Amino acid sequence: MITRRDFLKYTVKGAAGLALPLAALEIIDSKKLLADISGPGKVRWAFVVDTYKCVGCGLCVKACKLENEVPYDANATRTWVERYVDTKEGKLYADTPKGARDGFTTNKIDLGLGKFQDIKNDDIQRAFFVPKLCNQCENPPCVQACPVGATYQTPDGVVLIDRTWCIGCGYCIMACPYGARFFHPKYKTAEKCNFCYHRITKGLKTACVQACPFGARMIGNIKDPDDPVTKIIKTERVGVLKSEFGTKPQVYYIGLEEEVS
Amino acid sequence: MVHGELWTLKELFVLPNEYIYWAIQIVLYPYMTGLVAGAFVLSSLHHVFGVKQLKDIARFALVFSFALLFVAPIPLLLHLEQPFRGPYVFMTPHFTSAIAGFGVVIFTYGSIVASELWFMYRKHFVESSLALSGKKNKSLGERIMYLIFSILTLGAYDISEESLNKDKKAMKLLAAIGIPTACFLHGYVGFIFGSVKANALWMTPLMPIIFLMSAVVSGIALCILCYIVIMEIRKMLWSISKTHNSCQVGEQRKSADLEVMRLSAKYLVYFMIFAITLEWLDLLFRGYTGMKSWDALRSVIFGRDFSNIFILQYGIGNILPFILLLLPRLTLRRAVISSVLVLFGVFMMRYNVVIGGQAASLTFMGYLDYKMPIIPTDWETFKEGLFGVTSVLVMPFVLFWVLSFIFPTFGYKESH
Repeated sequence: MITRRDFLKYTVKGAAGLALPLAALEIIDSKKLLADISGPGKVRWAFVVDTYKCVGCGLCVKACKLENEVPYDANATRTWVERYVDTKEGKLYADTPKGARDGFTTNKIDLGLGKFQDIKNDDIQRAFFVPKLCNQCENPPCVQACPVGATYQTPDGVVLIDRTWCIGCGYCIMACPYGARFFHPKYKTAEKCNFCYHRITKGLKTACVQACPFGARMIGNIKDPDDPVTKIIKTERVGVLKSEFGTKPQVYYIGLEEEVS
Repeated sequence: MVHGELWTLKELFVLPNEYIYWAIQIVLYPYMTGLVAGAFVLSSLHHVFGVKQLKDIARFALVFSFALLFVAPIPLLLHLEQPFRGPYVFMTPHFTSAIAGFGVVIFTYGSIVASELWFMYRKHFVESSLALSGKKNKSLGERIMYLIFSILTLGAYDISEESLNKDKKAMKLLAAIGIPTACFLHGYVGFIFGSVKANALWMTPLMPIIFLMSAVVSGIALCILCYIVIMEIRKMLWSISKTHNSCQVGEQRKSADLEVMRLSAKYLVYFMIFAITLEWLDLLFRGYTGMKSWDALRSVIFGRDFSNIFILQYGIGNILPFILLLLPRLTLRRAVISSVLVLFGVFMMRYNVVIGGQAASLTFMGYLDYKMPIIPTDWETFKEGLFGVTSVLVMPFVLFWVLSFIFPTFGYKESH
């Protein structure tokens, strides 16, 4: 019959004996493991938007919605196109009706609340379009803000969301300075552009890049010096959005204008 | 429909995914936690700093703080798009997120308040349990109460003078640890907002301390209000029962002690001065430095939200009660009116921070307006609408009523 004293003694000894070999084990970091399998840091996805080439047709938005199951009529979108119009009077207008899903077909600027401002061609000083999408930041505030780790950064730099783990608190939506995030109307979880991760990891282009008839959008691997995207970023004058937030965005813009934020 | 679309009105240039995602429940969240922290600070004034006159209200404040503590996470839970996944915050906390610490903070604070309450009411538990155990032919209610009280004694039946003195010491220690914890609890809520760099209005290091000060203000105001009202109700009930049963005597017929009220009101005024000074310092600083966001913020603060901020929050919610409290010869009625106004003012402050903070678009070229759903048509419009707010606001009072069966706050004589 084992006494209580002996039982405690053996338990302590056993626990101490077990602890020694267990201490030799290393806790596996899944991120590190994945990086080791795919080769350390060979890929870092980056995006280039040539605003000079964008005509505001909205085909990219359409393609994105269809590819990524964002309800077609929902007033939220993973990517969108903004229109900026400077008038000769010195006024600045901007809009993005339905994220420009149907393209910009009239001169009427959407002022919200059902109001529109018609601008005559002669009054326009200049006008341009700016496509937007998730910046897949190097230092993503959304990942920092997620209280359960449902949004995370892959080793190749894309920020993803785990729909099975997102609690829907909206803190990531608040944390994003670019307005890239929203709640998916069907899944009720945070949603955003993921550079069509299911496509790019299979060697395909993103849906928006594929759909753009003018080559205004490009995706590539910034770690590959021969990638056309890398060449543009390294050799041309490109800008990023809201660099003051320290997020290190990885969507680079050719022809970025100061008033675009 | 996208979450938020129902109650958001967009004007001028607003990004397609921008909505008022954090609506009225998130207004309630800092409001409720503020009340928790504030009520606790008031109770600590007695236990730690030995303000003897506050003895009665201190006991009440602690029980009320406990009741509020259970309600504080409800608005958070209600606003989640996946409420059943709420426990994930405890299961896989991601500690770079300010929200992830919520579980740790509220459990720490809750256990401190619960322990302090236990020491405070230990004698009561023992006495009640012993009284009930000696009784024969217990009714079902009495049997349940006996079980509850027996469990609550935790087997410690020693209520000698010496042991009660130890309780007192423990309470003092817990209250002393509780003050920084309560401050942390609410300062932390301020951090949740203040650390959102994408939001121009929220991002300021002053946010935790602004929240903390207004929390204490609201907590004290709520305690003053409830204390006076409950004492009046008891007085009324006593006078009714007196007509039926003339032999009932006791001290329950008193109104709230005017001196206690005056002292509490004094503390209320001190904390109001702190709170308003900090808020105005923040505003002044933003205006003076005039950063890029200021144009948009100015048009929100001095234009679109002017009446919410300067008339409802500062005018009716701060300046008016401030004057009422400072006028000489404070009466109970004036204290009640001032407390109601202060509570309203702090609520408006939370509203103007949470909703007002989302009013300026990320583009700084457009605005978002919030229209609270009134008539609920589904679960979403219920919880994010008037009925959701009312339910959450009523909860602590119901809970307090239930708790008062176990922790009697009035007419209870004990040595502490």
